[in-house]
Amino acid sequence: MGFSVVGQNLPRLEGKEKVTGQAKYIDDLNFPNMLHGKLLRSPYPHARIVAIDTAAAKALPGVKAIITAEDLPDRRHGPFVQDTPLLARGKVNYVGEPVAAVAAVSLEVAERALSLIKVNYERLSEVLDPLIAMESDAPVVHENLDAYPAVFPVQRHGNICSLITIEDGDIEQGFKTADFVFEDTFTTPMAHQCHLETNGAIAAIDAQGRVTVWASTQSVHLNQIRIAETLDMPMSKVRVIQTRVGGGFGAKVELTVQPYCVALARLSKRPVKIILTREEELVATRPRHSSIVTVKTGVKKDGTLVARQIKLIYDTGAYADDGPGIVGFGSLMANGPYRIPNYKIEGYCVYTNKVATGAYRGFGNPQAAWACESQLDIISRELGIDPLEIRLRNALDPGDKTVGGQNLFSVGIKECLKAIKEGMDWESPKSKNRGRGVACVHHLSGLLASSAYVRINQDGTAHVAVGAADIGQGSDTTMAQIAAEELGLSIEDVAVVSQDTDSTPYNWATTATRLTYMAGNAVRRAAADAKQQLINLAAEVLGLPADKLSARNKVVVSVDEPQKRISYAELGVISHWVKGGQIIGNNSWMFNEQPFSIDVKVTGFPFRVLGAYNYGAHAVEVEVDHETGLVRVVNALTAHDVGKAINPLSVEGQSQGGFTQGVGYALFEDLKVKDGKIISNTLLDYKIPTAVDVPAIKSLIVETNEQTGPFGAKGIGEAPLVPVAPAIANAVYDAIGVRVKDLPLTPERILDALKV
Amino acid sequence: MQAIVDKEGIKRYLISLTVNGDTYTVVVKANTMLVNVLREELNLTGTKKGCETGDCGSCTVIMDGKPVNSCIILALEADGKEITTIEGVAQNGVLDKLQESFLNQTAVQCGYCTPGMILSAKALLTRNPNPTEHEIREAIAGNLCRCTGYVNIVKAIKEAAGQPVDEH
Repeated sequence: MGFSVVGQNLPRLEGKEKVTGQAKYIDDLNFPNMLHGKLLRSPYPHARIVAIDTAAAKALPGVKAIITAEDLPDRRHGPFVQDTPLLARGKVNYVGEPVAAVAAVSLEVAERALSLIKVNYERLSEVLDPLIAMESDAPVVHENLDAYPAVFPVQRHGNICSLITIEDGDIEQGFKTADFVFEDTFTTPMAHQCHLETNGAIAAIDAQGRVTVWASTQSVHLNQIRIAETLDMPMSKVRVIQTRVGGGFGAKVELTVQPYCVALARLSKRPVKIILTREEELVATRPRHSSIVTVKTGVKKDGTLVARQIKLIYDTGAYADDGPGIVGFGSLMANGPYRIPNYKIEGYCVYTNKVATGAYRGFGNPQAAWACESQLDIISRELGIDPLEIRLRNALDPGDKTVGGQNLFSVGIKECLKAIKEGMDWESPKSKNRGRGVACVHHLSGLLASSAYVRINQDGTAHVAVGAADIGQGSDTTMAQIAAEELGLSIEDVAVVSQDTDSTPYNWATTATRLTYMAGNAVRRAAADAKQQLINLAAEVLGLPADKLSARNKVVVSVDEPQKRISYAELGVISHWVKGGQIIGNNSWMFNEQPFSIDVKVTGFPFRVLGAYNYGAHAVEVEVDHETGLVRVVNALTAHDVGKAINPLSVEGQSQGGFTQGVGYALFEDLKVKDGKIISNTLLDYKIPTAVDVPAIKSLIVETNEQTGPFGAKGIGEAPLVPVAPAIANAVYDAIGVRVKDLPLTPERILDALKV
Repeated sequence: MQAIVDKEGIKRYLISLTVNGDTYTVVVKANTMLVNVLREELNLTGTKKGCETGDCGSCTVIMDGKPVNSCIILALEADGKEITTIEGVAQNGVLDKLQESFLNQTAVQCGYCTPGMILSAKALLTRNPNPTEHEIREAIAGNLCRCTGYVNIVKAIKEAAGQPVDEH
C-alpha cells in the first residue's frame, strides 16, 4: 500500500518554536496578581501528627493562604487504590510527604512561611525494607487498608498493597520434564524519570467559580478527573490546559502539584503557581519501583523453555499510586517474547515508609526483564548455546498466544533478532576486555480509551482534536500525519488542536506506549468518518453514487469519469453555507480483545483490556576496565518491531532516547535511601547519561503490519529502555566472565565480583 | 557599583548588561542569579531552569564568548558583560544554521534542553569550526538531554559545521 504522508520523515510541527526559545513551558507563564506556592514536607518516614500550628506563618506579611488536611475534603485518592490524602492526615508515611501548602506574594515569603509552621510529630517505627514489610509483625503503613476503595479485584493484607497471580499449564509437570532447572534472584534500585523540566502548574479561578489549571502534564483529562475527585468539584467546573512539556516519562501522568494550586487559588482568590525544585523532584515525587525478582526456569538440553516460576516483589513506598498496575503489568510482561507452556507468576506490590513510587517508562517491565533476560543469558552459557540463538529458538511467532492467552497478530521479534545479529556482526572477533550482549523486549501498546474528532474547515483544510498529549515524543506530528493520510491532505493542511479539556476529547493519557496505536486509531477513524461525509456531500452535488467516488489530494473524484470532481474547498463552502453544516467526523476507541483465555488462572489483575504487542531486541558491545571496574558501552544497536513507522525519525528518536535512559539504569542511576530519606538529591548525586556516556546508537526499524493498528502501526515509546540493562550485563559477562545480579553495575560491584 | 538599602537592611545593586545586543539596567540583590534576571526582569524565558545547581545545562547562555550556566552566575558578575540567549541566536528572523540543523536532524524532542544545547554548540563552533565527534560530545557533556540519546544532536552539530552526516 503506497502512502503519501505516513512513513515520511517529517520534521516536528512545533520544532521551530523550540529552537528559538519561543516554546512556553509552565514556568514561562505568569498572570497578574499571581501568588507563588510551596509545600511543607515531612522530615520523618513514619510519624503521628499531634498538632500543626500555622498561626505564625499566617501572620507573616505577604502570606495569602495556608492549607493543611483540615482545609480539604476528608478523602483519599489514587488511580488503583484510594489510599493517598492530598496533605498528610493524622500521620506521615514518608520523608517528603506534603503536610501543608502555602501561597504568598513571592517564593521567598512562601519559603519563610514554611519555616514558621510548627508541626508536632510523634515518631513511629518505620518499615523500609519490603521483605521485612511482608512479615506479619512488621510496622503497618496503612492501618485501614481494607477500607480503601480499589478499582479492581484487589488481594491485599498487612503491608501487601496488592497481589496478582497468573498461572497456565502445569508448573510441577513442566519442571519435571526439564533437563535443567535454574533459579536466580535479581534486584533493581529506585530510578528517577529526570525529565529536565520539573513538575509545575498554575491555577486560577474565574468569577463563576470555574477553575482553569495550566499544567506540565501527560494528560489534561486525567488531571481534570483527579482534581474534581480530590477537591469535590464537578468536572464541568474544572478546565485543564497543557503547556509545552519538558519531558515526562511517566512522572506527569498522575497529579503532582495541581490540586494544591487549585486549593490555594480557591482560598486566596488569586492565581497560584507551584514549580517543584529539582531536589523536590528527586526526593518526593514518584520514581520507578525498586524490585527483588526470583526466577526459576526449566529448560531442555536444546534450550527449549518448558516451565517458569517468577516471584516479583516491587516496593511501592508509602502509597499505591500506579503500583498495582505496575506490578500487574510487570507480571504480564515477565516471561518475555517467548513460548513457555507452563508458568506461574506472582507479583507483590508492597508498602514501605519510603517515597511513593510510580510510573516510569516501562511500567514494571524493566525490573522483570532485568531478571528474566539476565537469567536467559546464564542458561544459554551453561548449555553452550549462543545467547542470540536461544532467543530465536524460543521466540514467539504470529498466531502464537502470549502470557494470559491473548491472540497475537503481528510478531516481529525474530526479525528484530536477525537484524541485530547481522547489524552487529554478532560472531565477528572481539578485542580484549570487550564483550557482546543481547536482550529482548515485548511491551503493550494500548490500555483504556481514546477519542478524536476531525472538522473540515470552509477552505477544505482540517482541524484534528484528539486528547493526545505531546510531551516531546512527537505525537502531534504523528497524529497530523495519520489524519492527513486518511483525509488525502498534505500535512500543512492539518492543524492539531492543543490539549485543553474544553476542546480536545477524552484520552486516558500519554502512557503505555499508546498514542500512535490508540489515539492514532481514533484519529484515523474520525478522519475516515469526515472523509465519508465529504464523499456523501460530493455525491449529492455531483449526482453520482457515493461508492463511485474517491477522495484524495483535496478533491473528491469520480472513479469512472475523472473529469467529474469537486474540491474539498468547494465542499467546505457548500457545507458551511448551503447544505448540512460543518463536516465533523468523530470516533471513540478501545481495544476489544479478551486479555485472558478461560483456561488461564488469573487473580487480582488490574486491567480489563490490554492492546497490541510490540517487540524489540538490542545488542551492545562493552569494554570493561579491569583496574577500575568501569564499564563503557562502545557499540549499541537497537531493532524494534513497531508495526508501521508513521514517522521513522520519531521512532529512531524514541529508540535512541530510551536506550540512553537504559544505560543510566544499567550503569549508575540509583536513588539512594538512608534512614528512609533519599540522599541522591541533586543531579550531581543522581547522575544521568551525558553525551560522553553513550556511543552513536544505531536504531533499526522492523516493520510488521498490525491489522488492528492505524495504517498497521503499533508503538515504540517505552520498549527501548527495557532490554538495555540486561543486554549490558550480559555483555559484561561476555567480556570478563562475571555475573552481576544487582543494578546498577557500578565499578565497585564489578570489582567486587571480579575478586570472587 | 551603585547600591541602595531597603528598610530591612537588604542591599540592592544597579547593574548594566548587554543581552542580544541591547543594554539593560536592572536592580538586583547580592544573591540574584543571572538566570532570574534574564527570565523575570527581561522576560527572556527561552533560557530554562532545570536544576538551579549548575548540573543540567538547561540555563546555558553565552557570556563574553563563553558558555556558562546562568543559574550559578550571580547577576553582579554579569555587570558590564555581553550575553547571548537563545532569543538572540536567530538574526532578523533568519534561523542560525544550528537552529536549522537541529530541525533537520530532529535533534529536538521535548525541547527543554534545546536552548542551552544550541548555545553550547554555538560556542563550540565559534572557537572550533570543524570539531571531531569526540570534541562535539565533550562540548555538550554539560548539557543533559533525557529524550534524544544525543545521536541526532551530534548529527545536527556536524551538519551545522558543514560535515557529512549519516542518512537516517
